[in-house]
Amino acid sequence: MKRILAVMFALALTGLPAAYAVQPDEVMADPAKEARARVLSRELRCMVCQNQSIDDSDAPLARDLRVLVRERIAAGDSDTQVIDFLVARYGEFVLLRPRFEGQTLLLWLLTPLAFAGGAVALWLQVRRRSRNGGEAPASLTPEEEAKLAALMSADSKPERQGQP
Amino acid sequence: MIAETGHYALVLALGLALIQSFVPLIGARLRDAALMNVARSAALAQLLFVASSFVALVALHVTSDFSVANVYENSHSMKPLIYKITGVWGNHEGSMLLWVAILALFGGLLASVGNNLPLSLRAYVLSVQAWVASAFYLFILATSNPFLRIASPPIEGRDLNPVLQDIGLAVHPPMLYLGYVGFSISFSFAIAALIEGRIDAAWARWVRPWTLVAWIFLTLGIAMGSYWAYYELGWGGWWFWDPVENASLMPWLAGTALLHSALVMEKRNALKVWTILLSILTFSLSLLGTFLVRSGVLSSVHAFASDPTRGVFILMILCVFIGGSLVLYAARASSLKQGGLFAPISREGALVLNNLFLTTACATVFVGTLYPLGLEVLTGEKISVGAPFFNLTFGPLFVPLMIAVPFGPMLAWKRGDLVGAAQRLLAAGGAALVALALAWAWARGGSALAPLAIALAVFVIVGALSDLAERSALFRVPFATAVRRARGLPRSVWGTAFAHAGIGVALIGIVCETTWNSEYIGKIKPQDVAKVAGYELKLEGLTERQGPNYRELTALFDVSLDGQPLRPMTPSKRSFSTRGSSTTEAALLTRGASQLYISLGDMADDGAITVRIYHKPLVLLIWWGPVLMAFGGVLSLSDRRLRVGAPKPARALRGLQAAE
Repeated sequence: MKRILAVMFALALTGLPAAYAVQPDEVMADPAKEARARVLSRELRCMVCQNQSIDDSDAPLARDLRVLVRERIAAGDSDTQVIDFLVARYGEFVLLRPRFEGQTLLLWLLTPLAFAGGAVALWLQVRRRSRNGGEAPASLTPEEEAKLAALMSADSKPERQGQP
Repeated sequence: MIAETGHYALVLALGLALIQSFVPLIGARLRDAALMNVARSAALAQLLFVASSFVALVALHVTSDFSVANVYENSHSMKPLIYKITGVWGNHEGSMLLWVAILALFGGLLASVGNNLPLSLRAYVLSVQAWVASAFYLFILATSNPFLRIASPPIEGRDLNPVLQDIGLAVHPPMLYLGYVGFSISFSFAIAALIEGRIDAAWARWVRPWTLVAWIFLTLGIAMGSYWAYYELGWGGWWFWDPVENASLMPWLAGTALLHSALVMEKRNALKVWTILLSILTFSLSLLGTFLVRSGVLSSVHAFASDPTRGVFILMILCVFIGGSLVLYAARASSLKQGGLFAPISREGALVLNNLFLTTACATVFVGTLYPLGLEVLTGEKISVGAPFFNLTFGPLFVPLMIAVPFGPMLAWKRGDLVGAAQRLLAAGGAALVALALAWAWARGGSALAPLAIALAVFVIVGALSDLAERSALFRVPFATAVRRARGLPRSVWGTAFAHAGIGVALIGIVCETTWNSEYIGKIKPQDVAKVAGYELKLEGLTERQGPNYRELTALFDVSLDGQPLRPMTPSKRSFSTRGSSTTEAALLTRGASQLYISLGDMADDGAITVRIYHKPLVLLIWWGPVLMAFGGVLSLSDRRLRVGAPKPARALRGLQAAE
C-alpha cells in the first residue's frame, strides 16, 4: 500500500483540492536564492503530513513554511540561520535529517558500528580458521588419490559449471 | 448468504491450519508416514477454503452488496468493474485476506510440487507454514473480519479512495504480497532445519528457487509501486523513504542477501548457520512490514495507543514468531556442522562481502524507520527521519558494494585471483573512464558526483557483460564458437549478468533524474506556450467531462521539439464527489527512456491554470533496472540444476560412491 496510505492520510487532513507543492506565486525572483530555498525545503518536514517535505506537500502549512523560508532568505539569513529559526519555532520535528546530538547518537552511529562490527567479526573468523585449519584443506591420502584417479577415468565425469 | 459462506470458509481454513500445525509434527516425531502426509492434504484443502473465502469477498464487491460493512466503506455502485475487484484489497480487512490467501497458495504449491522432499522435512515445513497461517486467520477473524454485516443496509457505498482507483492497485499489492509472503517458505525451511537439526547443500537447493520466486515478485512489486507513485501523485517523485516503503525495502535487502548466501551454501556447503539466520530475518522483516502498515503505528503512536486491538494482536504475532524463531536458532544453531573452507579472496568471500553490505544497509533502513517511534515512546521527543538522512547513510554503503559487484562472478570458488579478476575487468574500467569523460563534458562542469556515479553504473553493466564474454571466450575463439559457448552457459550465469547489469541501469536512471531534471512551474492561459528542456508546450484548451464516478477537467497541450510536432499531451484532474477529493492524472510523453511529465494544479478565476511540467531524462531506466533484475531472476530460476529437481540429501551421495 506504501505511499498511497500517506496520501490518504494527507488528503484526510487537508481535504483540499490537490495543487501540488511549490506554487508559481511563491517562486523568488533571484534564481540563486530560489535554488537555495528549494534545497532547504527538501530538508524540512511538513508537520501535518506523513513524512513529506514541504517541497513535496500541498498542505496549507507546507505553503506557509515555504513562504517563511523564502522570507528569511530574502531577509539575508544564511542557510543555518533559517534552519535554526525554524527549529526554534517548531522543534526538532521539522528537520527531516535529525541533528547529530545525544538523543540521535544511536541513529547516526548504528550504520558505521554495524558495518565495523560485521567486518571485525568476519576478520576474527578468517583468522581463527586459518589458525585452526592451517593451509586450507589437507592433501589427499594415498587411498584417496587412488579413488580420485579411478573416479576421474570413469565415464561419468562430474559436471563443472560456471568456472571461468 | 455469500458473506456468511465466506466467513464460514475462513473458519474452516483456520481449523485445517490448526490440524496442519500439529498432526504432521507428531507424525514426524513418531516417524508415522500417514500422519506426516496429513500436511499435504490439509495444505491443499486450506488453499481451497481460503480461495473460496476470497472469491466470496470479490463477489460481494462486484455485486455491490452494501449490507456488508467492508463493501459499503470501500465501494460504490458506479465504480468501474476493475476497481470493484481491486478495491477488495484496497482496504485493511481485504488486504489481510489477500495476505492469507497468498500464504495458503504458497503452502498449496509446496504441498503439490514438493514430492521430492524427504517426507519428514515436508511435514515440518508445512507445519511451520500452518503456524503462521493460524496466527493470521485468528487475527482476521478476531479483529478484521471483512464479512461483517450492517443491520440496516445503506443504498450507496462510500467509494474507494480516488488515489487507489488506478490500475496500479490491481498489480502492486498482489505482487508485493507474493514477495512478502513468499519468504515464509524459506522461513519454514529454516525452522524445519533447526527442529530436525540437519541441514545440507540439498536443503539450500530446495530453498533457493522459493526464495528466488519471492524475490522476483518483491522486486517487481516495489518497482511497480514506485512507478505508480511517480505518475499518480503528481509531482514526479518515485521514492520517498517513507516508512511504508522502507517496510518493503527491508525484506528486499535481506532477501537479496539471502539469495547470495544460499548460493554459497548450495555450491560449497558453507555459511549454513548464517543462511538460516537470514531466512529467519527476512521473513521477520516481512512480518514487521505487515505490522508497521497494518497497525496504524506509523501515522501516530497515539492513534495506535487509542485503538490498540489490531496493533497489539499483530505485535503479539510478531513477538511470538520472531522471538520464538530466534530462541530456537540460539539453541540449535551450534549443533549445525560448519563446512566448506575458503580463502578471503574467493567467490565465497565476495558473497560474504555482499552480505555484509546488504545487511548493514538493511540495518540502516531499520533504525531510520523505527528510531522516531522508539524515541517518542521512550522520551516523548518527536523527531523526523526522512530522505536526507537515508541519502546520507545509505548512499555510501552502496558505492563500495557496486564497485565489488563485477568482481564477484569473476572470482573462482574457494580461492580466487584478485589480480586476474581485475585484468578481466580492464574493459569495464575503460568503459567507465570513457563514460566519466563523456558525462563530464556533456554536463560542462557542474556536480562532479553525477558523472562519477554514471561511471560506476557503466562499470557494473560492462563488468556484468565482461563476465559473459569471458565465459564464452569471446574474442579469443572464433565468433561462432563463442556464440555456441554462450548459449551453452548455465542459465544462472545469464541470470547473474542480467541482475547485476540491472542495478547499473537503475543507477543511471536515478542519477540522471535527480541531477538533470528540468521543470517549469507556472500559471498559463489557453494559447500560452511553456518551454522546458527544448520542448515547446502550447496549451490548446481546457475541456470538462463526466466520468463514471467523477468529473474530469482535461487540458490539451500541443508538444513540439525544434519545430517538429510530437504527440499531444492531455493531463487531467478528477474530482470525486462521494469523498469530496480529487486526483491528478499526469500526462506522460515517453521519448526513448526519457519522459515529459505534466500535472495540473488549480484553476484561477481568470481562466489561467497552474501547471507543473518536468523533463525527466532517462527516468524510465529507474524501473527498467528492476525489471532486468527480475528477468535475471527468472533466467536463474529456469537453470537446469533447478529444473531437474533437487538432489536427494547425503544418503544419495553415498549411493553414488558405492557405484564407482
